[in-house]
Amino acid sequence: MSMNEQYASAVGGANELKEGRSMEAYTDLAGTDHAEVSKDRTREKTVGKPLLESAKMSTRNVKVFYDDKQVLFDVNLDIGANEVIAMIGPSGCGKSTFLRCLNRMNDTIDSCRVEGDLTLDGQNIYDPKLDVVPLRARVGMVFQKPNPFPKSIYDNVAYGPRIHGLVDHRAELDEVVETSLKRAGLWEEVKDRLHQPGTGLSGGQQQRLCIARTIAVSPEVILMDEPCSALDPIATARIEELIAELSENFTIAIVTHSMQQAARVSSRTAYFHLGKLIEVNDTEVVFTNPQHKLTEAYITGRFG
Amino acid sequence: MNFSTIFAIVVLMIGLGYLLGRGRSVQLAGQIGGVRHLNSLPFYYGALIALWCAIPSLLIFMGWIVFDDIIIRSMVVAELPAQYQQMSAAEQSLLVNSLENIAAGVHFGEPEPALQEAANRLLSLQTASRWSLAGVVISTALAALVIGWTRMSPQYKARVHVETVFKGLLLTSSLIAIFTTVGIVLSVLFEALRFFRAVPFTEFVFGLEWSPQTAIRADQVGSSGAFGAVPLFVGTLVISAIAMLVAVPTGLMSAIYLSEYASRRVRAWVKPALEVLAGIPTVVYGFFAALTVAPFVRNLGEAMGLDVSSESALAAGVVMGVMIIPFVSSLSDDVISAVPQSMRDGSLALGATRSETVKQVIVPAALPGIVGGVLLAVSRAIGETMIVVMAAGLAANLTANPLETVTTVTVQIVTLLVGDQEFNSPKTLAAFALGLMLFVITLCLNFLALHVVKKYREQYE
Repeated sequence: MSMNEQYASAVGGANELKEGRSMEAYTDLAGTDHAEVSKDRTREKTVGKPLLESAKMSTRNVKVFYDDKQVLFDVNLDIGANEVIAMIGPSGCGKSTFLRCLNRMNDTIDSCRVEGDLTLDGQNIYDPKLDVVPLRARVGMVFQKPNPFPKSIYDNVAYGPRIHGLVDHRAELDEVVETSLKRAGLWEEVKDRLHQPGTGLSGGQQQRLCIARTIAVSPEVILMDEPCSALDPIATARIEELIAELSENFTIAIVTHSMQQAARVSSRTAYFHLGKLIEVNDTEVVFTNPQHKLTEAYITGRFG
Repeated sequence: MNFSTIFAIVVLMIGLGYLLGRGRSVQLAGQIGGVRHLNSLPFYYGALIALWCAIPSLLIFMGWIVFDDIIIRSMVVAELPAQYQQMSAAEQSLLVNSLENIAAGVHFGEPEPALQEAANRLLSLQTASRWSLAGVVISTALAALVIGWTRMSPQYKARVHVETVFKGLLLTSSLIAIFTTVGIVLSVLFEALRFFRAVPFTEFVFGLEWSPQTAIRADQVGSSGAFGAVPLFVGTLVISAIAMLVAVPTGLMSAIYLSEYASRRVRAWVKPALEVLAGIPTVVYGFFAALTVAPFVRNLGEAMGLDVSSESALAAGVVMGVMIIPFVSSLSDDVISAVPQSMRDGSLALGATRSETVKQVIVPAALPGIVGGVLLAVSRAIGETMIVVMAAGLAANLTANPLETVTTVTVQIVTLLVGDQEFNSPKTLAAFALGLMLFVITLCLNFLALHVVKKYREQYE
């Protein structure tokens, strides 16, 4: 079943439930059938509260293209300091692409082009004069699949501080490694085997190692791209706890396929659909009283 | 009737067998309601009968060709008068050759009656042999046809039998390569053992002087012969080391550029261009080394006040290194590209630059594969012949100075075996001993390299 068909059937279901609204309103939102409708769609405003009074990161009119194909349409979203914002939506909706714009990881893809204003503490991160290295040190990232380097556990965590020259001597480095591992909740499990390869750990431990590696460079924002999708439920619970602890010190943006996870860990939730940011609101509102039909259809499990 | 006629008849019968088998199966199928009721497709019935015709008759045919000559010769020799019986094996073989010439009508003057008679006998034996071969082979093929025809039934599992034969064919093909290797090793080994009977193994392996001139006549001056292989192996080592010094950094860095930095368009141009280097015949590299690089090195050295011989190890090594660059770069490119993208992302997301990522993550992750590739390149350098023959010289100097002339194992093998040689002097046999040593060394290197590469693959797949 293609995305459109899936969507159409989901919308159909919603229509039956809430009679009185015209079918056209829904097709307008889906808007993949003809060009005029899709034009309307790009002008469609995000419902809920995408903007904040004081934002850590803010994005305005973000458009992303892969070659000529546009995958994100005018995304406006603010991310507040020390909040956990979850991004949900069906596969291919652009949520991971959006996340990767926030620390310019999309630069590594040749065919990818980003337009719009993205700022971190008011500073344009797509400024051609800006050096991407300190940006990525400030906005760290944890990936879908745990990807420890083929080095020892210690060296994995020490990698960032070393390349950024954050420490002057060995004792200081030891301390950074220990603190990072402790904050990632991994210290007790690995303190006796710091010099064994990081690839020898279990999947959940590897992912926490990657989190430790990321926080070792003291970022301000941590981006997490489906950090638990390769993990079992116990390891997932462990990471979710960790996210709650980390939110005291870091701003976290997490992409997830699990709506329960979004509901558990985040304070705000953003729902993406086919490259559009449909709805942003407090997590509780999104999951109990979604204002947009698509959001409702998605969170009630009619598609996605 | 000669061999090719017999062979053509057999091939025709095989084709006939296929058609008959196929036709018969279709006919059988017609009686029971169509091809779908047969156990196998008609093709398999045809193929099976063709194979039944082919395998025994072709085996007999080949066996006959191999043994026919030997048997006929010994029969003819056994009938010869006593004076010929006492000849040595070599002389007898010459005699049989001349008998064949007489039989073919090529002779000067009138041959001895005994020989003429033997030649006639040879001729009649050969004719008889061919006719009986034709009889045996054709009747075998016919018998196979008849048996196949009678045994065929709709339930007959032709497909399974054809599969078995096909498997056997594949196995035979792979065994051919293995047996050839074994054959090469044995032939080199036995000649080398003959050499070690004349020259002690320890002297060969540890001797510091190489001068493989032996006196052919008792009164010849000089040339007692010295067979210490150390200077040759040192020379090989020096040249290979220079080659690796050129090839490894260049190849590795070009691989890193191609896989990490180059855009798709640049890569599409540069990679094939680099691989052109691999297509240049080594003889051309040889010219290049001897006529361009060696004089250049010499002039450069003289300009700097160094004493450079005109056939320096440096020139040969540098050119050999250039030859190996595509080898190193394409192997390294493969392993570097095999490093998962997630490693690069992980490093870049921490704020590492590209070169930091390459140095600290990509290369360490790809290192086992790179080492494997380099070891394969080393064994290639050690076995390389043409460039060193043309550019490295012949003097077996025991030196580590790259500006002097050195010689390599392969060069010495070539010089020992070129021209007319007698195969019972240590001088000639030394070539086989050198070849054996070289073979053992490259075999060990390849084994090690493949082992390392395999270990690397297990890590990521």
